[in-house]
Amino acid sequence: MNVRERAAAVAAEVRDPEMPMLTLADLGVLRDVQVDGDVVVASITPTYSGCPAMATMRDDLVHRLTDAGFARVRVRVVLSPAWSSDWITESGRAALRAAGLSPPGPAAARSGPVPLTLGITRRELTCPRCGSRRTGRVSEFGATACKALYRCDACLEVFDHVKEI
Amino acid sequence: MNDDSVYDGLLGGDSSQWAFGTDFEDPLAGVDTSVPAGVDAAELAVQCLRLGDDALILSQRLAEWCSRAPELEEDIALANFALDLLGQARLLLARAAAADPAVVPVLPEGSPVPAEDALAFFRDAGRFRNVRMAEVPNGDFAHVVARLLLFSVVRLATLERLQDSPDPVLAAIAAKGVKELTYHRDWAGRWFVTCAQGTDESRRRLLGALDQLWPLYDELSTTADVRDGADVVLDQVLAVAGVDRPQLAPLSGAGSHTEALSLMLAEMQVVARAHPMGRW
Repeated sequence: MNVRERAAAVAAEVRDPEMPMLTLADLGVLRDVQVDGDVVVASITPTYSGCPAMATMRDDLVHRLTDAGFARVRVRVVLSPAWSSDWITESGRAALRAAGLSPPGPAAARSGPVPLTLGITRRELTCPRCGSRRTGRVSEFGATACKALYRCDACLEVFDHVKEI
Repeated sequence: MNDDSVYDGLLGGDSSQWAFGTDFEDPLAGVDTSVPAGVDAAELAVQCLRLGDDALILSQRLAEWCSRAPELEEDIALANFALDLLGQARLLLARAAAADPAVVPVLPEGSPVPAEDALAFFRDAGRFRNVRMAEVPNGDFAHVVARLLLFSVVRLATLERLQDSPDPVLAAIAAKGVKELTYHRDWAGRWFVTCAQGTDESRRRLLGALDQLWPLYDELSTTADVRDGADVVLDQVLAVAGVDRPQLAPLSGAGSHTEALSLMLAEMQVVARAHPMGRW
């Protein structure tokens, strides 16, 4: 394994601070890891413009890489293309389910002007605990602003759903 | 470990432990902020300031709603809009400062305050470029619904068009903002219809708020194209709600501010201004 691959492997293990069952690679936030001379450059894309976890993600990347022996680490922001929940990997979706969270469905495809939607966002979700499809929305906001809160009418548990964006 | 201070033990010699590591980090770290050929840097900075100030000032007003909405879900929705707009403001103010450093207030030699914060906390009201729709004081829930609808239809139309900006940084910030504003606009539209079709009292309050804010609608659009795009969506909402466009003239003095902005800034800026050399 060369230096770049080793750095990339360390960076890929860093976890999301709010959904620690996901790595930043699973989340699709970690876009690229390069080695430039003796500097490791990790590129990340913000999930939401104001996501309060971004600073923590940067700090955690620097820490893990520094602990792994890379003395100089730089975290670079990549703004384009904008992050989409579609970038959450299959293994990330499995990890979400295993932790009792419902993974996002496909984000709305766009072309042309953004359509107005006056109805409440409706999703046909499967309970991540018991697999029932008898689920209903409690609130469009759950434990964090990027999740919605749902209830399962079969097992009576509530669960978080990662929203589509 | 020093037993004299509990904080020494918490820090453990690591200054970027996350609870303490919320230092101001450049939201554009590593982004190529050079201004492309053919783009006027000063004009780009002014454009970013206008969009960034709108976001910052409305974010502050929405933050005042925290704990005051009629129910928890809507309280979180309003706080979430404030957070989205604050994130947009940080990116836009940082972009303005990188494009034209002359717009950034000069702070004492050696001040650690980054440019985006110097712009947010060290400008007086007269140097802010936000629209009056963002700054007027809050009213009741119908007021924030009407304000968010009028503001969001225009901001979304504006950001949709800026996705093709010749400046790739502004284009990327706009593309991100489009996703966020889509929800703000839908939420405001839904509550507008709900209030209009609810009880006599909710309708009365909504129409009152709309009349109050309508004279400020005209100032929001910077081009005829944006105005047309916003009007199409606004008319859809008004039609579903069964509400006519108010027959009220635009308020004169576009580009100026109401006294409400100075009062808001006094509260928002007082701590930062007292400590221009402060590290947070």
